[in-house]
Amino acid sequence: MTATKIYVPRETAAVSVGADDVAIEIARQAKESGARIELIRNGSWGATWLEPLVEVLVDDKRIAYGNVAAGDVADMFASGLLTDGDHERRIGPIMDIDYLINQDRWTFWRCGLIDPLSIEDFRAHKGFAALEKAFEMGADAVIEAVKTSGLRGRGGAGFPAGIKWQTVAGAEGDQKYIACNADEGDSGTFSDRILMEGDPLGLIESMLIAGFAVGASRGYIYLRSEYPLARLILSRAIDLARETGWLGENIQDSGFDFDIELHIGAGSYVCGEETAMLESLEGKAGVVRFKPPLPAISGLFGAPTVVNNVVTLASVANIINLGGEKYASFGVNRSTGTLAFQLAGNIKRGGLVEKAFGITVRELIDDWGGGTASGRPLKAVQIGGPLGAYLTADQLDTPLDYEAFTEIGAMIGHGGVVVFDDSANMAHQARFAMEFCAIESCGKCTPCRIGSTRGVEVIDRMIAGVEREQNYDLLVELCATMEDASLCAMGGMTPYPVRSVLKYFAEDFASAQGADQ
Amino acid sequence: MNKVKQADLGTPAAASAATIKIEIDGLPATVKAGTSILRAARESGVDVPSLCASDSLKPFGSCRMCLVEVEGHNGYPASCTTTVEAGMKIRTQTEAIATLRRNVMELYISDHPLDCLTCSANGDCELQDVAGAVGLREVRYGFDGENHLDAETDSSNPYFSFDASKCIVCSRCVRACDEVQGTFALTIEGRGFESKVSASIGETFLDSECVSCGACVDACPTATLMEKSIIDHGQPEHSVKTTCAYCGVGCSFVAEMKGDQVVRMTPDKDGQANHGHSCVKGRFAWGYSTHRDRVMDPLIRDDINGPWRKVGWDEAIQFAAKRFKEIQKQYGRKSIGGITSSRCTNEEVFVVQKLVRAAMGNNNVDTCARVCHSPTGYGLKTTLGTSAGTQPFDSVMDADVIIVIGANPTEGHPVFASQMKRRLREGAKLIVVDPRRIGLVRSPHIKADYHLPLLPGTNVPIINALAHVVVSEGFVDEDYVRERCDTESFAAWKAMILKPENSPEEVELISGVPAADIRAAARLYGGAENGAIYYGLGVTEHSQGSTMVMGMANLAMATGNIGFSGRGINPLRGQNNVQGSCDMGSFPHELPGYRPVQDDAVRGSFEKHWGVEIDPEPGFRIPNMFDEACAGRYKGMYIQGEDLAQSDPNTLHVEAALGSMECVVVQDLFLNETAKFAHVFLPGTSFLEKDGTFINAERRINRVRPVMKARQGKDEWMITQELANALGYPMKYNNAAEIMDEIAELTPTFNNVSFEFLDRVGSVQWPCNEKAPLGTPIMHIENFVRGKGLFVETDYVPTEERTNRKFPLLLTTGRILSQYNVGAQTRRTDNMVWYNADLLEVHPSDAELRGIKEGDLVGLASRKGEITLTATITERVQPGVVYTTFHNPETGANVVTTEHSDWATDCPEYKVTAVQVAPAQHRSEWQHGFDENAKRQGKILEAT
Repeated sequence: MTATKIYVPRETAAVSVGADDVAIEIARQAKESGARIELIRNGSWGATWLEPLVEVLVDDKRIAYGNVAAGDVADMFASGLLTDGDHERRIGPIMDIDYLINQDRWTFWRCGLIDPLSIEDFRAHKGFAALEKAFEMGADAVIEAVKTSGLRGRGGAGFPAGIKWQTVAGAEGDQKYIACNADEGDSGTFSDRILMEGDPLGLIESMLIAGFAVGASRGYIYLRSEYPLARLILSRAIDLARETGWLGENIQDSGFDFDIELHIGAGSYVCGEETAMLESLEGKAGVVRFKPPLPAISGLFGAPTVVNNVVTLASVANIINLGGEKYASFGVNRSTGTLAFQLAGNIKRGGLVEKAFGITVRELIDDWGGGTASGRPLKAVQIGGPLGAYLTADQLDTPLDYEAFTEIGAMIGHGGVVVFDDSANMAHQARFAMEFCAIESCGKCTPCRIGSTRGVEVIDRMIAGVEREQNYDLLVELCATMEDASLCAMGGMTPYPVRSVLKYFAEDFASAQGADQ
Repeated sequence: MNKVKQADLGTPAAASAATIKIEIDGLPATVKAGTSILRAARESGVDVPSLCASDSLKPFGSCRMCLVEVEGHNGYPASCTTTVEAGMKIRTQTEAIATLRRNVMELYISDHPLDCLTCSANGDCELQDVAGAVGLREVRYGFDGENHLDAETDSSNPYFSFDASKCIVCSRCVRACDEVQGTFALTIEGRGFESKVSASIGETFLDSECVSCGACVDACPTATLMEKSIIDHGQPEHSVKTTCAYCGVGCSFVAEMKGDQVVRMTPDKDGQANHGHSCVKGRFAWGYSTHRDRVMDPLIRDDINGPWRKVGWDEAIQFAAKRFKEIQKQYGRKSIGGITSSRCTNEEVFVVQKLVRAAMGNNNVDTCARVCHSPTGYGLKTTLGTSAGTQPFDSVMDADVIIVIGANPTEGHPVFASQMKRRLREGAKLIVVDPRRIGLVRSPHIKADYHLPLLPGTNVPIINALAHVVVSEGFVDEDYVRERCDTESFAAWKAMILKPENSPEEVELISGVPAADIRAAARLYGGAENGAIYYGLGVTEHSQGSTMVMGMANLAMATGNIGFSGRGINPLRGQNNVQGSCDMGSFPHELPGYRPVQDDAVRGSFEKHWGVEIDPEPGFRIPNMFDEACAGRYKGMYIQGEDLAQSDPNTLHVEAALGSMECVVVQDLFLNETAKFAHVFLPGTSFLEKDGTFINAERRINRVRPVMKARQGKDEWMITQELANALGYPMKYNNAAEIMDEIAELTPTFNNVSFEFLDRVGSVQWPCNEKAPLGTPIMHIENFVRGKGLFVETDYVPTEERTNRKFPLLLTTGRILSQYNVGAQTRRTDNMVWYNADLLEVHPSDAELRGIKEGDLVGLASRKGEITLTATITERVQPGVVYTTFHNPETGANVVTTEHSDWATDCPEYKVTAVQVAPAQHRSEWQHGFDENAKRQGKILEAT
């Protein structure tokens, strides 16, 4: 009898709720009962609310068990875990879970499915097929496909990736770089992490394709220090790729050289801003640069550099596999393809949902998220990280489309969706926006460096009821100064959440904690 | 507004030659392509406010005051970081921009003290100016918020203070330290509102890596970094452009004045040698000029052990003239002579050599260049035809491979070092040939590709080995050699250089430098598009100094590296006017312009002009003068601004010579070591009082302008003139300009030069004449000055100074950044906080062997003498080599050095002395004698 495959995710969120303990317990129980099992530490499917989500392969079906605790394991074995016996944790075949099957898994399709650190498993799931196809197509055709796909930067700015690649390919320079931005610092976001922990080789493959397309021989992954597990998994994946000839010189006899270095950040939010990230990669303080010159012309060490977010890059492999047109057939208007939305905050079913653009916020929150975790009425939703605007309950039917969001003074950013119920005081959230900027500002430009600190003080005065109207006007003007005069998006977008609070939740200033009624 | 402030166009000039047309505030403008909008506006007379921008620094874009609107562009681009495009329509003043600028300024002022009236920058504060320009009228945030008003002031640096409470975090200081100076001592610590300027990491400025060049102080737009002299005295009301009197870089400075008081020296942005940069000496160490030690009255005495007597100018000059005449009567015409000073102006030097030739009637004139760069003169004249370096400093910006031999630019020529480091950071390769691991070998963002740490005294084998590789591996530029060089001499040189003893493998055995490194370095230089050699006294001050200079010229010629920008062979001159003093005929065998005194035609032209007969026979060199003195045949000397007793080698011999004379006349600012042997002391003037010219290492003739009257009452050329008149030879100059007119008339390479001309064009590099009306930045462009470049065979002859069991170590000497040569000036400034005693660098293994620990007192003994000094243990020196400086007279470093000298020029071999080092308990015998003599001479002074 062959060993039964059991999947226990090794992914930060799953581990944080006991996945490692579950895995250990499964191994122990199997040993004690003499059962032959093969324990696979897969990535997460993204249904975080079900973690630890254990799967057992029975008759070619992966049977899922949700929210498994180590204490459940003995009982599960006793109930016939290896033969699809019934148990209260049993959900059923993974592919029957609505949360998953209703997604458009273009980029994350291997996450959860495969052993992230098995080249064989990766290869068995189209791994490196896109790279091989890219070698056949040639660099120009690769760039053309990315352009056709309409893929836009998923880090937040939404700049067309194909055009960026074309610029780098056309820029003069003996040395070019691919810099993967994995400094995922937005509140309520985790898609980069899920991908890096669940399909690191997929990211490596896409970086190779990018390098091949633009003529770069070196790639860097700038990973935030708060992701130690992703660091471990990525490092191992990079080693694996090197050991098997998928990184290094003359990759698979293609004549193409490419290697990747993993660089760990030092805990600065602003290093997710591409120019600050480049400074940090160069070993300097993470301070933003002015643009132009764009990094595509003068980036890392002054060389032409593709700076793309993890998800942007990882989307490319399937664009090559399936064609740019196919990707472009997803989504709406100029927002083509899919985005990995991340549901967080006060929500019942938090997790990652990869879905074509065009879905509304309400659909995401209700159909996937299942409403607030508290069961209380929803008050606001912040989309796009700490610099994103707060949407009101009335704005939930806005389709997730870059341009539609711009129209309502909001942004999609990296796709984080953080839900607040009616117990939240939004004046505190406005203050938090300024405070966050004050803490994370690199300090280079004046509107951000001093403005954010003054913003906190002005909001404090408003909350305290000191010349509330004058301070309201001053805050509005400060927001304009920060937006128009800041050097980068950090100071430039901090006004977004503040303004949305001023516009829709102004009454919260009077009711805030510590407010002078 | 500050009346003496130098204009700032906001960003550096664009490199492009092409121009484009744009429109600024509705008016057409034409600017160079690649120009920033900010600079374009300012060039067009439209002032856009800014705080973080400076035309000495790369654009930064942090202050957000220079925002503009550009038609067709979204938002408000910063004009400093946005480049003009053809047809661009720019608005610098709109209501929206006005609001933005005012609101940003409001944020600044919400965290800034409101003490403008009592602030040291009042009248010279960009923050104040811009606040005025944008019309800030209130700070709605109030002043109770978070702020830095209580931040501490760091006053540790003797020359400037850092008041963090006034800092606006524009990073100009940090960027100046990085981009201009290249020390990377400053940083912004923390982030966001907590961002603050920090020296090194959280150290005081004095304890940090800061080299006190002043670039940060210059860059600061507020009172945060401020000269203490301005804090003490307030803002200047007028200014005078002049030239620094320290090293041979020849930096141009703006002396900022209140009446006749200097309140600040700032580097001149128009200065062609320094482009607005400076070092700690030129920028700050000028206080010696008003130091209480300065002698303000002429002094005479009958006997050098007797008391000085203050007298009037006439009496002193008559006293000296009478003695000189008596000596000549008794001992003959050649029994007296003079020394010119490389610290004085060309005009002052010219009249001294003229006095010797015309009034004393012999050629017994020499100059302190004898002991530094005389081999340069000899070597380059022989091979190339001109006794000077071939390039302007700016040429280094075109160099691809730079060899630095026997020079320590970051200490000795700091402003040029900063320029070189800029080029190195751009990617030029560097080879350092030096026994010590000097700063350039490894410093922030600089790393030498090869360091060849040769044993002192093995320069010639190393240069031969480099040439050996160049020749044997096919790096010779055959076309260049054929067309431009003397091929016969090349063939002979080639045969010599290919001899097995010149191979790197053989030379490794002599020099201690691994053959592989020699080969690799030679290939790097040989294969360079533009290879440049820079060298210093580590080349010249050897028994084969002249040989080495010619060896470098050979190598440069063989590789086609002379006559183009980015290449060349460049002596880094030690003193402000060492080039000029040599040019002015200070050598006993040469009249001004390096023309032989034996040449009848040359001599004739001077005789005609001067109305005297000139002795056709060359006179004594300095060492000959000492030897002749000891032999009783040389009895009188007129010494202009040189401290022979401290700076010349083998002090005991020098002291014996000076002590035997009957009339030593010293003309100097201070009673220096030589003055202890003088009978007449004629007080001189500092550079701040001089009217004249200095010539720097790149042959640049710079104007020196007086900012105050001669403090002791008489210009130095006038003192010399009066002495000449008293000796019976009439000199009748009315001013220094007339002296330069005579120099120009008599010297072909100076024909076009006059004060009026220099005041008009700024500065020029000689030759400056009919053929080169605006001077000659690069020499030997199409042909060598001598015709065909001459290769000279450079066989290695080891120095006679050898180590043995008794003296197993080699001593080499040099100087450091904060002190200057014998220290007469810098020891009388606050530079003493950095270095107040000469230290002996000893390698840890040599120290261990001798039981020497850091800070121990050690005896340093050679065959010539012994001194005691403090040891410092460092791997900067290699095992077997020790190093010290010669800045302090009480150390007496030259008590130890020998009288070995260059075979061609008698330049002393300061760089190689066999010594022994041992722990010591007390100062040496010579030093005791020094202390007692100093005490005695001091007492005599009090008696006057």
